[in-house]
Order: sequence, then structure tokens, then C-alpha cells
Amino acid sequence: MSNYWLDPNDNIDVREILKDLKDYRPRRRGWTWRTPEPGLTMGKFTYQDCSTPLKRGVPLPPARFMDDVDPQPVQSITTEIASGRFEDDIRRMRMAAHHGADHIMVIRTAGQSHFDGLIEGTPQGMGGVPISRKQVRAQRKALDMIEDEVGRPINYHSYVSGVAGPDVAVMLAEEGVNGCHQDPQYNVIYRNINMLRSFVDACESKKLIAWADMAQIDGAHNANATARDAWKVMPELMVQHAINALFSYKAGIPKANICLSTVPPTATPAPCVHMDLPYAVALRDLFKGYRMRAQMNTKYIESSTREATVTHVLNMLISKLTSADIQSTITPDEGRNVPWHIYNIEACDTAKQALVGMDGLMDMVELKQDGYLREKARELKERAVLFMEEMLTQGGYFHAVEEGMFVDSGMYPERNGDGIARRIDAGVGVGTIIERAPDYMAPVTAHYGRNNVEQYGGDPKNPSALIGGCTLEDPDKIVFIDELDEEDNVNVRMAETEELRRPGAKKIKPEMEWLGDGVVMTTMFFPCEKKLAEAAALEVGRRMGLQDVEVISREIMHPTEGTRIEIKGKVDFSLDVDSLVIPKEPDIMSDDEIRADIERRPMTVVAATVGDDEHSVGLREIIDIKHGGIEKYGIVVHYLGTSVTPEKLVNAAIELNADAILASTIISHDDIHYKNIALIHQLMVEAGIRDRVMFIAGGTQVTPELAREAGADEGFGRGTHGVHDATFLVKRRRELEAKGII
Amino acid sequence: MKREDDFEVRRAHLKGLTDQELYDRFWALCEQLVDPLLDMGREYTSPAIERSVLLRMGFSSLEVKAIVNGCMERNLLQHGAGNVVYRLSQAKGLPLREAGVKLANGELWDEAAALFEGGAL
Repeated sequence: MSNYWLDPNDNIDVREILKDLKDYRPRRRGWTWRTPEPGLTMGKFTYQDCSTPLKRGVPLPPARFMDDVDPQPVQSITTEIASGRFEDDIRRMRMAAHHGADHIMVIRTAGQSHFDGLIEGTPQGMGGVPISRKQVRAQRKALDMIEDEVGRPINYHSYVSGVAGPDVAVMLAEEGVNGCHQDPQYNVIYRNINMLRSFVDACESKKLIAWADMAQIDGAHNANATARDAWKVMPELMVQHAINALFSYKAGIPKANICLSTVPPTATPAPCVHMDLPYAVALRDLFKGYRMRAQMNTKYIESSTREATVTHVLNMLISKLTSADIQSTITPDEGRNVPWHIYNIEACDTAKQALVGMDGLMDMVELKQDGYLREKARELKERAVLFMEEMLTQGGYFHAVEEGMFVDSGMYPERNGDGIARRIDAGVGVGTIIERAPDYMAPVTAHYGRNNVEQYGGDPKNPSALIGGCTLEDPDKIVFIDELDEEDNVNVRMAETEELRRPGAKKIKPEMEWLGDGVVMTTMFFPCEKKLAEAAALEVGRRMGLQDVEVISREIMHPTEGTRIEIKGKVDFSLDVDSLVIPKEPDIMSDDEIRADIERRPMTVVAATVGDDEHSVGLREIIDIKHGGIEKYGIVVHYLGTSVTPEKLVNAAIELNADAILASTIISHDDIHYKNIALIHQLMVEAGIRDRVMFIAGGTQVTPELAREAGADEGFGRGTHGVHDATFLVKRRRELEAKGII
Repeated sequence: MKREDDFEVRRAHLKGLTDQELYDRFWALCEQLVDPLLDMGREYTSPAIERSVLLRMGFSSLEVKAIVNGCMERNLLQHGAGNVVYRLSQAKGLPLREAGVKLANGELWDEAAALFEGGAL
């Protein structure tokens, strides 16, 4: 076995992940929920609804003002990843895990539902990846390493649907996959798979899901995404949830592993919370004991990522006001393209931010027990009951589907006659179910129905003992197929981008989906109407040297005054890493460390803008407490003002027995700034204080090297903040102390 | 079918139910809908189910497809594809995997079919 491990300071090496896959065994099976830690204290805050923190992660941006705390909500957070190339998705999974995702859902390639068997190898997908044993194994192996890195178990999720449901269910169970979608109704309504085949297969699949202790998610949310008016299918959604939930429970899956995929059906400008909350309440009333997988609304996403994000935050308000065990996320660019890396991360952050922001909300508010909310919830439940009553009068589930009861645009019992009807004697896989003969036998674990091994002397409670154990007991019996297609596989794809592949790459190129795709996005505004703006944007993109330029978003600021446009395009070059100049990161100590040092030994500085120079803004920003300047650390600053002569500055330092001089020099004509720095240095030497008084010079035109050459201890240019000066002063003073000079 | 929203008329018999009674009714109706589906699963099998059995018995995805297709051609799937492989291995004194691989390669099908004429062993 490979002894590769993930170095937190380096890129994941996908080549290493792919090594020795044949020998890989999953470390566990089953879903892992987060561990709630009510009353958790992190930094200066106490949280009510958070879970065990991560060992490593990327906190929300404002965390830098709050001791870098990164509280994790109690809900599992889902991100859906599948760009078509699973090897690139592995890198995205690592990024998502660091932003709080612990449920990685991999979308299947278009068409896999109708593939009658397992796909092997690693062909490229479309809108998803072909789910194969090698792909699943590589990603689970990568997630093992990623979960060790972040310090939290990560659930890996795939799909058990289509005409090869039981095949896929076996493979996922064998490979330690932790969650899956399984809902025979989805096959029937959305994939036109024969209904008899779909339900017979589902029985077997669900036994396997139960054995593997996977969390199962249903497919009801698709009705919401498909229906003409998404809010009108609410009664039907409850029926779909109920059919799959009870069917799964009776097939052997514990209720605590059966998750309802529920979406707040509407979005603004509808009064969405008013419409969605009674539905969410009704659902949770009816489905006690089951889990809620709260999905975000996709139905109404347009190309504005801002708009989508606000909808999703409102969706999480519903989660918070009711309940959610899994909070799924939809990338805000879903209305534009196959999700990009950055939007997976945005979606995870949106979920974390919203849920943490609403931490403890229900300690302060409660939902009304009467009035509109409860009346509407009751009405929805009654409509669902009536729906099922009619299904039974129609002759049961299959006949109801034939009658087009599902995904009708009328709010039941209203009917508009536009539901999706399927025939019992049609669809993919029609006529393929076969009645079991009396001697039917299946000598394996997790088989639905009678296994009948006793005819050969076997034990029906332990059927696989008849053959010395099946793959579920003995994974060495699994036959691992590496690749079947010499052209369409991961090795060929990776060879094409080898020079960009990290760690160790000497070339670099921007990307959104795939390594080396070269895609960039640009936002621009034109002072004109939409059509002209679009044409102008495309031309700008082309003149910027982009290829395949496309407008991906347009928003009217005013019908004639302006249009906001976003374009994407590709660059066809890569950059040599060694040719790039990387500015040295400024040295920064923590606020606490600086404060402690100043408390240990007070520090006084004199500061002024020197020469014939009235600029004061820059220096004030370095000094003033309200700008985060050095005063906030307790450094005593004597500010002498502007146009101060070097002599006056040095004399003040002597009189005040200052530890340091801060000279700001903005005007750079004729190198006057460096001349002044040199003069201050010289005056300090003449006064006999240069060895014990520190001297730093700053200004927008100051470069550190030249300032040091002119005689300052350090120079600070554009972009400097108080913390940089303070860090330098504290460190330099420690050096002087160590040398015994002060 | 087209129909106006006649909820107020239809709900007459639900109006007086308590929330608990409505809840119980919801799940009782659901049970009536799903029980026949679960029964059907016990009575029938499918190519996918039989492939999944063979996968668990230690055959590759390519082998299971060939074996299940062979069973379907000879009307043997009703006995269970795993049963066909198992009975053949017993009758021929072959290790289970070897018997299955031979079937996947198109061998021993006449022998296998003969084992199921007239029902169980």
C-alpha cells in the first residue's frame, strides 16, 4: 500500500491517490452525523447550536477580527460536486471540506440512469461523472485523507437510481459510500423507467442501503423543480415523501437514516417565507422520526449569483425555524453553467454563515401555535390525505401514475391535466421483471425476500455462508476493474495537463472547473441598454485576448442608463511559475503578542511628516487607534504634525526619550524623500542616539530597500498598516535588548 | 383530467379529525399504497437484482452481465442467477468462481440448463 499522506502545506497529489487502488479498503461504513456541542465556547463567543470544531479549515472572512474562530453548525452541510472529471473534483472536495462541507455529493453523468450495468474505468462525463468503482474508490480514498486533515468525518454520497440500481447499490455498499439518493418514483417520473422494474429493483437496493448503514435521500424535490408553479405541488410532495419513506422503512432502513429531500418551494418576489413555512411545519409534523435534508431552491435561480444567494439564505431561515439534519447547498452559479470551484465554496460559506449567524435563534423566538401558520399546515396535510385517498380509488400507486396524478400544475385536488403520466406497460426496462420460481435462490447478504438457501442446507439467516461469505463479508472477493477504454480515461486526461499538475508544477493557468481550462470571468458596466451592452462586452472580452467569450449574466441597472454584464472566456497561455515575482509577505505578529510586549515594556515614538510636506493621512492611519494604528497596542505616540524639519524630529526624540522615530515622506520629487531619510539618520548619529533609537520611514513612494540604504532601519510603502510598523518595532526592540544595547 | 379546486367539499370527512387522527390516517393510507409494492418485490426478480447477487458472489461487472444475459436467454433467471452458478459448481465439482467464469465465457450452458429441468434438485 502507498504511504502517501496529505501535507497541509501542499497540493493534493491525485497521482498518488490513483496508485494501488486495487488494494484500497474503506475504513468504515455508514453515515456520520456531526456532534452537537451546546454551549460551545470559541474565542469570545458562546454558541448554542454548533458542533465539534474542525482541526483545520478556512474561517469566514470577518473571523480575522474575532480570533479566527470557525464555528461549525450542527447540520451536516452538503456540497454537490461533479464537473465531469473526477480527478479535478478531488481538489474541489478538499477546498469544500475546509469551508465546512462534510457531505460530498457526486452528480452522475447524463445518461447513466439508462445504462444497464456498472460503468467501469474513468471515462469523462457530461454534467456529472460516470459513477464507477474506480472513481468511487479514488474519491473515498481521497476523502479519508481530507477528513484526517480537517479533523471531521466526511460523508461521501452517490446515486442508486436507474436500471442498474441494485448493481450500483452493491458497489456503493462495498466501497464504503455513506449516503445515497434512492427513490423508485424518481426513476418512473423523471427517467421513464418502467414502474414495475423500478419498484422491484428498489426493494433490493434498499436492503443493501440498510446493510451499509447509508443515509438515504429521496427524490421528491424534483417535483418542485419540474412543476410549472412549484408551490402547487406541496400536497403531492408529502405523498411522494411518504411513499418512499414508508417503503424504505418497511424494506429495512431505519427511520433515522431516511432523509426527506425537502425544498422551500417558492422564491422571491413571491412572499416565500409566508408560503414555505406552513409547508415545512406540516412536513415535520407528519414525518416525526425521519430526517430532513433541507435542499435549497433551484427552480427559480437565474444568472444573478447575488439573487440566488439571498434565496438560499431565506431557505435556511426556514431550516432554522423548523429543523434540518442535512443542509444542502446549491451553487449560486447553477443558473449559468456547471458549477465552478469558487461557487461550491461560496455556497458552503453561505450555509455556514447563515446557520452560525442564526445560532440560538429558537431560544428566543417560537412559531405560533394557532392562526394562519397552523391552519395552512393543516390544510396542506388534508390535501395530501385526499391525494392518497384518490390514489387508492384509482387502484393504487401504479394506476395513479398512469392517470397522471403526479407533477400536475394544479394544487391538489385541483387538476390541470398536465401531470407526467407513465404507462405500466412501457418505459425503459419494460417486461424485464421475472416471477421467482419456487426454487429461486440467492446466497448473499442483504437480499430482499426469501433467499431460499435452505434447499442446499444453508442458513437463511446467514445465506452467504453457503458460499463461504460474499463480498460484503470478504472484500477480497471484489473484482476490481481498472480501465476498459484506452483513450477515455483519467491517465490520458492527466497526461494532457501534466505540466500544470501540482505539487511540483512549473506552469500555472487560471481554472474554474478543470485543471488548465483557462476560464476567467470579468464583470463590467456599460452606460447603455442591454443589447448594446452585451455586444460591447463580447468585443471587450475578445480584445482582452479571451477566447470563446460568452455573456453569462446581464442585469439592468436602468433600461437606458446602464447594464451590468459578466462574461467568461478562456486564456490560451500558461505562465512560468519561476518567472513570476512574488512580493515578500509582510511580517505580522498577532495583536495579542504585540500588546503583551508593549505591556511588558512601554514604548514611546515620535512621528511626523518631514520636509516641505503637508500630507498627513498616511501617517495618521499608521498611528491612530481608530484606523487600527499602533496606538491600539498601547504605544505612546507624539505626533509633531506636517512639514516638520528633520532636526526638529530628532530633537523631539531626544527630549522625549523616545524609543523610535517614525518619519513619513510622501513627496518624492528629486528623491527628496530618500534625502530626508539620510539626513535624519545622520542627525541621529551626530546626536549619539542612532544605536538605541529605532528609525522607520514610510510613504507611498518608499521602497524598503532604498529606505534601508538611505539609513532607516526599515521602510514601509503603499499598503502598510499599523500592525506592520508595530511588528517591526517590537521585533527590533527585542534584538536591541538581546544585544544589551537598551 | 381537469378539475376545479373542490377541497372544501372533499375535506368534509376530514374536517372533524384531530391532528393525531389525521396523522394516523395519512400513514394508514400510505401503508395501503406501499404494501403491494413491497409484496411485488418478494415475488419478482430482475436482471439488475440478479447481477447484484452475482457481484456479491465475487464476479466482475462484465462477468455478471454475461451470466445474467445467458440465464435470460434460457429462461433460467426465475431460479436466480446465483442459483444457476451454485448448482452448476456443485454438479460439476468446480469452485464457484470457476463455474461462473465458464458461464460468462459461454461454456457449460447446456449442463446448467439441464440442472433446472423439472424444478429443484
